[in-house]
Amino acid sequence: MTSGTSTNQPSVLPPVEAESRNIAFTTRLEDFVNWGRKNSLWPLPFGTACCAIEYMATVSSHYDISRFGAEVVRFSPRQSDCLLVLGTVVEKMGPILREIYDQMLEPKWVIAVGVCASSGGFYRAYHVMQGIDEIVPVDVYVPGCPPTPEGIIYGMMKLQEKISKGGIVRARDRHKLTGK
Amino acid sequence: MPEIDTSLLENKLPGFSKEFSGEILEVRDYHGDLTVVMSPKIIRKALSFLKTQLNFEVLLDVFAMDYSKFEPVTPERFSVIYNLYSLSRKRRVRLKLYLNEQNPEVDSVHDLYASANWFEREAWDLFGIKFLDHPHLTRILCHNEFEGHPLRKDYPSDGYQQLRKASASLGL
Repeated sequence: MTSGTSTNQPSVLPPVEAESRNIAFTTRLEDFVNWGRKNSLWPLPFGTACCAIEYMATVSSHYDISRFGAEVVRFSPRQSDCLLVLGTVVEKMGPILREIYDQMLEPKWVIAVGVCASSGGFYRAYHVMQGIDEIVPVDVYVPGCPPTPEGIIYGMMKLQEKISKGGIVRARDRHKLTGK
Repeated sequence: MPEIDTSLLENKLPGFSKEFSGEILEVRDYHGDLTVVMSPKIIRKALSFLKTQLNFEVLLDVFAMDYSKFEPVTPERFSVIYNLYSLSRKRRVRLKLYLNEQNPEVDSVHDLYASANWFEREAWDLFGIKFLDHPHLTRILCHNEFEGHPLRKDYPSDGYQQLRKASASLGL
């Protein structure tokens, strides 16, 4: 990184390129953008039950979700890109959850934390939605009732994995680029 | 009709047994919690007496029960229970009345206790108890497309009802 090592460079390279060998690296644009996205998730906690308490522990110092770059918790859907549904969602609340999801800007991801959000959990009754994937697309499901903070962190890491493998073009715009 | 323990009632609620002598069906004292079962016709009079004469200022809860699969068999299928608390005397009392299956209705007490407004809506939503003269007897917990009353014993335990129109969620 220091100019002192430049004596080892081949003398045929022009000076600017020779210098860039020491201060730059090459990558694919997609990888670079995804690297940024996955390490700066801004979560929106939609907390309705005990899973939200576990999430509080995950954010605070002992488990410290900021080690994964996801500590900037926002309570406005317009400022966040990772919707965390933490708890039981009843049928009546479905349209509200959908509206919050629709207000988030792309790119956006959803994690269903706990069995209630994932499948209705033990509420197989008249009132509880049998999994939030009935109304919003879910990227990662975290099992547990409630999941441990480790489980929530693992879910976050799984989402990071998914982001780093994904494209950077919105699905609905892909046809414009490929012409299909 | 079983014998009423008027001395217990007189001790805990002075003047109450005299005022409503013919309408009290049963008095129970379970670990200091007094329950008075009475006729539904006089519920407004009884609550107003307890509020004004015996200082039961707070109506903590109103809820219903469905006894259709209950042993021993109760006089009627439904009951409505009023939980009262006196802040000044630190006493609790529970009023209970039975309502029949065909026509479960009782007078609303929303003008005596403001808290009764939402409690009665809840009992209507979940059990289908009609509260007469209630200002806004609509569903409070279930969504507006919901059919039936889910806490009745004949409602199927997995009777999940999906919401079709988003605007019906809050009845807007």
